[in-house]
Amino acid sequence: MILNEIWFLLVGVLLIGYAILDGFDLGVGALHLFSRGDTERRLLINAIGPVWDGNEVWLVTAGGALFAAFPHAYATAFSAFYLPFILLLFMLIFRALAIEFRGKEPMGWWRRMWDVSFCVASIVASVLFGVAIGNMALGIPVGPDMEYQGNLLTLLGPYPLLVGVFNLSIFTMHGAIYLYMKTEGDLQRKVKGWIVRATAFFIILYVLTTVYTLAAVPSMIANFRDYPWIWGLVVLNVLAIANIPRAIYHEWPFRAFLSSCAAIAALISLFGMGVYPNLIRSTLGDAFNLTIVNAASSQKTLGIMLLIAVIGIPFVLAYTAAIYWIFRGKVRLGEHSY
Amino acid sequence: MDRAAPPIATEPPVMDSDLVVLLSRIQFAVTIGFHYLYPPLSIGLGLILVFMEGMFLRTGNVIYETMTRFWVRIFGLTFAMGVASGIVMEFQFGTNWSAYSRFVGDIFGAALAAEGIFAFFLESGFLAILLFGWDKVSPRMHFLSTVLVCLGAHFSAVWIIVANSWQQTPAGYHLVENAGAPRAELISFWEAVLNPSTLARLTHVLLGAYILAGFFVMSITAFYLLRGRHQRFARRALVIGLLVAAFASLAQLVVGDWSARVVARHQPLKLAAFDAIYKTEPRTPMFLFGFPDDERQTVRYGLPIPGLMSLLLHLDMETPVTGLDSRPRDEWPPVALSFQLYHVMIALGLFFVAVTLAGLFHLWRGTLFQQRWYLKLLVPAVVLPYIANQVGWGAAEVGRQPWIVYGLLRTRDAVSPAVKPYEVWVSLVLFTAIYLALFFVFLYVLDRKIRQGPEPLKPDDLAGGPHPPEDFLDAISRRGKMQFHATEEAQEGA
Repeated sequence: MILNEIWFLLVGVLLIGYAILDGFDLGVGALHLFSRGDTERRLLINAIGPVWDGNEVWLVTAGGALFAAFPHAYATAFSAFYLPFILLLFMLIFRALAIEFRGKEPMGWWRRMWDVSFCVASIVASVLFGVAIGNMALGIPVGPDMEYQGNLLTLLGPYPLLVGVFNLSIFTMHGAIYLYMKTEGDLQRKVKGWIVRATAFFIILYVLTTVYTLAAVPSMIANFRDYPWIWGLVVLNVLAIANIPRAIYHEWPFRAFLSSCAAIAALISLFGMGVYPNLIRSTLGDAFNLTIVNAASSQKTLGIMLLIAVIGIPFVLAYTAAIYWIFRGKVRLGEHSY
Repeated sequence: MDRAAPPIATEPPVMDSDLVVLLSRIQFAVTIGFHYLYPPLSIGLGLILVFMEGMFLRTGNVIYETMTRFWVRIFGLTFAMGVASGIVMEFQFGTNWSAYSRFVGDIFGAALAAEGIFAFFLESGFLAILLFGWDKVSPRMHFLSTVLVCLGAHFSAVWIIVANSWQQTPAGYHLVENAGAPRAELISFWEAVLNPSTLARLTHVLLGAYILAGFFVMSITAFYLLRGRHQRFARRALVIGLLVAAFASLAQLVVGDWSARVVARHQPLKLAAFDAIYKTEPRTPMFLFGFPDDERQTVRYGLPIPGLMSLLLHLDMETPVTGLDSRPRDEWPPVALSFQLYHVMIALGLFFVAVTLAGLFHLWRGTLFQQRWYLKLLVPAVVLPYIANQVGWGAAEVGRQPWIVYGLLRTRDAVSPAVKPYEVWVSLVLFTAIYLALFFVFLYVLDRKIRQGPEPLKPDDLAGGPHPPEDFLDAISRRGKMQFHATEEAQEGA
């Protein structure tokens, strides 16, 4: 059964990788319409230009890993979230093609159309990710056949929507901090203003979500008793968040970015430890929960997949590091830019 | 309380689940059909880019650098469309086919995850260097990125074909009771990966992609030549496209035959549907065309060649080919549709052989660029390999019906019970509308890129400087009047 735990951890790592990396892409997208003029907007897009595509692969691979390791959770979750998930896919399509198409034509209406697509798609996608997480925390009505028994409205309760907006605030702050690293001059000063507002937005929602979770979703903290080390995650989370304003004040963009990454990693870990050992909690009774045991693939497949991951992940980390190294430094517009 | 008598002789009610199955199948066909417009070009053009940039490094001839830069831009556009439409495929098994996902996750899911880890990171990471890294890395590093992107596209094909071939010819598994239903669990990883149809289908699909990319390059360069634009660039690139398309079309003759034998051995009903073989009998014919009629179990208006199917598959006219009569009717694929998809693919495959052989002949004669009729043929001909790739996949998937996993799980039992018909209606309508719109935007942007053409060659490149060493393309061109270097400078930009 150790393999099931490892795969729970690995899917979590992939999701953290996705949230940290594509999180800032989506945040940049959410901020896009606050920028003014074509040059600023191009700088924003090109700040994520070479990396957003690779960042999105973390989501695809997390989906593949969930399918391979916990096929029942994959099947139940995606068929339960059918319409919201289809909407999310459309948003990711529009985000991708807005980046690709925007710079291809000089007409004002063309660029505005893709500017709006880029921004709206990033905002809606960020909120939908949060709605999904909120529903996973609350639990959804899953019957004895592991199938979802609710409807679309079941998924759109106040708590999931709050977590949706909370997620948008995290990504927006994270994206602003990323832009702070990648920009210079007037634009960077403008970005600093965005960071202040985005961080305030984030902290308000952080408090609201925390209070709501403690009051209304007690299952999310049930594991704290058995695993007291989770408190360490809480401390890490709070310290990381507190370090963001400090790093911005001292004009240390990279430290602010690392703090933001750590905050995201800690939040997702807290979510993971909140649901563990369940993948999907059923509101119709604990007997119907999809756990890391009953939702899993065979031990043989989990073992082989682990081998594939052990071979593949060093390569993935090496490519990722190489690409970020090659495209390090401030973003500048050139003949190959979007 | 007496109620009105129940209505007499009602139609059997259409179950919600039947409707979900039908709509989900249409949606899968729409989304995969749209997605598969892009990956074959990434695969084939990736290979051609490796050749072009490799030639640049080897010979130092700037014309190859111009080529690489031009085709990389096209590659980036088609790759973006592939990524955007591909993410839908990764999740659609879960959204629409949850029962299938539960049944195959142990094996199929593993292949998809492997694709993510081994292929997608490689492709998307190094594509950034390909597109934006010209001034940031050395030419060698840029070439290495091209090779790795091409490799990534091929790895992606490998894992998708592994997954799909396992659906066609399952191997290396056993059925185990899990969560109240049977599911396929892995026994042997290598048997599942190298299941009986993997190698033949992988080769078939890759060659299909190379043919497509070869015709794609030929179409655009033939357009330039007809307009008298970018001669120096277009002539050389057209020959590269021709060589790739010709090699792949000829190889496809052999591989297509291999693939058909694998189908005959492991999915006999699918092969029977491909050629509407209703009866198992000696001297099984092969139809050049026709219209299968399931009711009368004949092919109407068909032109059969007696014994050819027996001869092709068994190298013996008298050995019968297994017909549809070997299994009950509810195990038959849709015969007429499978038949037409398969026959269109075969006809197009033969057409590609004819076209590329004609091209090779004129290349050998040294008159390729004077054959205006041939160039005029090449410009629209690019549509045909797209159709061939689509109908080929159509034949493979329709011919597998009624099974989603051949012999193990029926398509009608594979759908998501939690999903309601209205939900699939909404998603299907949205996918169709949005994909259509995006397709036209894609065509518009592609058209603009083609009209814009490659970066103009600098005068220094044309006149001064040491003459680049001749490569084998120059050697080919030296026959006859087909000069790459002479004559065209005057026409450049005309």
